[in-house]
Amino acid sequence: MNQVGRDFPRLEVRAKVTGRAEYTHHLRLPGMLYGKVFRSTVPHGRILHIDTEAARKLPGVHRVITGEDIKKLIPEPYYGPAFHDQPILALEKVRHVGEPVAVVLASDPHVAEQGVQLISAEYEELPAVYDEVQAMKPDILVHEVLKPAGTFADLKHLKDRGGTNVALDYHLRRGDVDGALAKADHVIEHTFKTQQCLHVAFEPFVSVADPGDSKLTIYTANQSPSFVRIEIARLFGWPENRVRVKVPYVGGGFGGKLYIKLEALVAALAMLVRRPVKIALTMEEQFYVITKHPTTFRIKSGVTKDGRIIARSCEVHWNGGAYADIGPRVAQKSGFTAAGPYDIDNVSVDSYEMYTNRTPAGALRCFGIPQLVWAYESHTDLIAREIGMDPVEFRHKNLLRNGRPQASGTILKDAAIPEVFQALVKRMNWDAPFDRGAGILRRGRGIAIALKAVISPTTSVAVINISADGSITLFTGSVDMGQGSDTAYALIVGEVLGVPAEDVRVVHSDTDVTPYDMGTLGSRSFYHMGNAVRLAAEDARGKLRALATEAGLPEGTNYPPVEIFKKRYGMQAGNVIGTATFLPTYSPPDAQGLSSNVTPFWMVGGAGAEVEVDTETGHVRVLRLVNAADCGKPINPAVARTQLSGAAIMQLGFTLSEAMHLDGGQVTNASLADYKIPGMADIPPIECELVTAEQHNGPFGAKGLGESGTFGVSPAIANAIHDAVGVRIMELPITAEAVLRALRAKEGRPLDDE
Amino acid sequence: MSETRTITVIVNGKRHNATVPVRITLADFLRHDLRLTGTHLGCEHGVCGACTVLFDGCSARACLMLAVQADGHEIMTVEGIPPDGKTLHPLQEAFRDNHGLQCGFCTPGILTTLIELLRENPDPSEEDIRIGISGDLCRCTGYHNIVVAALDAAKRMCQADDGRPATDDRRHNDR
Repeated sequence: MNQVGRDFPRLEVRAKVTGRAEYTHHLRLPGMLYGKVFRSTVPHGRILHIDTEAARKLPGVHRVITGEDIKKLIPEPYYGPAFHDQPILALEKVRHVGEPVAVVLASDPHVAEQGVQLISAEYEELPAVYDEVQAMKPDILVHEVLKPAGTFADLKHLKDRGGTNVALDYHLRRGDVDGALAKADHVIEHTFKTQQCLHVAFEPFVSVADPGDSKLTIYTANQSPSFVRIEIARLFGWPENRVRVKVPYVGGGFGGKLYIKLEALVAALAMLVRRPVKIALTMEEQFYVITKHPTTFRIKSGVTKDGRIIARSCEVHWNGGAYADIGPRVAQKSGFTAAGPYDIDNVSVDSYEMYTNRTPAGALRCFGIPQLVWAYESHTDLIAREIGMDPVEFRHKNLLRNGRPQASGTILKDAAIPEVFQALVKRMNWDAPFDRGAGILRRGRGIAIALKAVISPTTSVAVINISADGSITLFTGSVDMGQGSDTAYALIVGEVLGVPAEDVRVVHSDTDVTPYDMGTLGSRSFYHMGNAVRLAAEDARGKLRALATEAGLPEGTNYPPVEIFKKRYGMQAGNVIGTATFLPTYSPPDAQGLSSNVTPFWMVGGAGAEVEVDTETGHVRVLRLVNAADCGKPINPAVARTQLSGAAIMQLGFTLSEAMHLDGGQVTNASLADYKIPGMADIPPIECELVTAEQHNGPFGAKGLGESGTFGVSPAIANAIHDAVGVRIMELPITAEAVLRALRAKEGRPLDDE
Repeated sequence: MSETRTITVIVNGKRHNATVPVRITLADFLRHDLRLTGTHLGCEHGVCGACTVLFDGCSARACLMLAVQADGHEIMTVEGIPPDGKTLHPLQEAFRDNHGLQCGFCTPGILTTLIELLRENPDPSEEDIRIGISGDLCRCTGYHNIVVAALDAAKRMCQADDGRPATDDRRHNDR
């Protein structure tokens, strides 16, 4: 029965169109208290005094909790996936505006909110650092001492290191960059910057903790329930099985709802007051939780006169904000591909994860890749212009192909780079005449392509139960936050076990029931969990066959499962449990930052854009956006397409409009009214092409693609603007003001600064 | 504590009498008092549109209204869209078949907005749809399939017997 490879409606779609889908947002428990958070108003300061008395006296307030109260329950109340640097509530110091300092608990959330207004805090303000490059100077220290979690072997050496804001430095050295630069006909250098922006999932962060007698249950909108269980158990000094983490459907994640967000806080509060506690953040508060790294990327290439890139050096500073979260992984993992999808013999990468006094930064749809692509594909375009080559021809000449070593040293395999690029060129009609506009409206077009290594090595475990009537239940820790993982896994199970996918029930993310999964992140799940699900289904199929043999049924006959169970157990009884663990092989980078096996699969994505620029206002209209990505052999092409178009439009927001504005460390546009995400009226005509290729080790030849649609969008638009009006934008977002400033500067009549 | 008032509201055709604090929003009243959690709260300041309900047939942000303002009025939420407990409305079917959603959090507000739009304009152009739901934000889909689903819904609804949205009359039935 062919289940995989066809357009298939989502399993949960009925619940979602009728308003019955479960989200943590809806949950209310008997006796539950609501927590509202009092947050720091200063970017960096020593806490002198927190006055909670008025709040405590407010009728209806159950309790007010500060960091010192938490410390009595958990002596070392610091969490984080890479560093144990983030206190559950601020202790001694605050390190960014919006950091949680105290919580008011009440049965009525309005009373809790009123209580928060009555709290005041006194700080001894300290000088703050906001810029990722300035933070290299150790005169302002965000953390006195580094506290690596010990989870990642390559961070252990940072333990107890002090006097620095560098949370991680990753270096890659391949070939002889300086020697090659000296020999190059052209040496071209640029510096690009990206802004701070954020996920804006529509279900804001929400968690509920329920302290039972012998176990603590956490209901949460989170992408990594297994990590939450492990981390909460560690904080309390408990075994994992004392913590149960349940995740229903999640209203968007995009990397924001990874690791610990509110979970440690609600857990500690619930244990302190011995009642269920819910904290649901407002949209405004999301601006103080987790963001996308601002970056400064200095990139230098050596090119021969016939257009071969022979050397490239990349220096990237990542603005990680006040707490590391997964930032060090972002700096390292994206560092592998910082030089782009090109065949370059001499490469150096220096990637620095920096602490600053901003809202922390973590993973946002690609673990840093779009920031890098923004720089290297803008740079690549500029090189082509400088040496007088067509940007398509220049890229063609330098593209990395399967069988060649990537910068990390890993041989490229199953990466459809030329195919994706060709698809873009074809759709863009690159060789056809192009209408360049007239008068004040000028048109241009641009193209960009990129490569990503998946986060590795990571583990996924799946369990399949075949009940005695033959019905099938899949247990997986993947979180379906809209990407359609439940449906994709059901298709895989259906394919292996020969049943319609719609008959497979998928139980997700209840750590009492579902097995370990590293997390739903970085486009890893479909490959890792997809493989685990396939292997678990094969395991179940084998066990069912063994059961048939035990029951004395002749081999090779095709008895329905219900008959096998009846024959074996004399009635409708028993079950078959299939399970599998999937962990791909991986070789960590050596002292040169090189590895023969840096990723189990590569993601390839690119974009083409046609734009119209109003030279009087700087306004940019995207006339057409083309997106192409290598998706292996897609399991559910209809969902794959929505992933590509959704990713592209999200990146369009990060390209043209989205930016968190800071004034003295304070976010001045923390609302959806002032922080502009793309709406229906902002969307250009968009075409998405799934480039089909075989991922040899993927489930039924498929690979992850939740992020690939973001890759090329920003530089393709900047390249198109350059093509249209001859100005280059070096920093995101590309606002009308930025374009107008560049136009006026080019004309020799620059606009005033303010 | 907070001042209260007694209100009568017809929600999805059913009459409800309730005493509510005057500061409670319509969204919280629907979600907490009536347990109609299909109305989702995203931004809570009227920008995202996830909480959109029909107020006497017109789309309105439930996060920007107080429950007491609904006194004596009719509300329709996403739960009121299906013709009965089993069948999906053609609009819902179109969203299912055209992958007009991903995480589903914005979906209820988009569906209620479209119920109003398709009632007033049963044969909309693509541009009509885009303008009609420009006040509803979605972070997942990139909107393309939402437009496709809405156009498909219009076609399905026109093919229905009387050519009008099936929910129109039912909305006024006291079930």
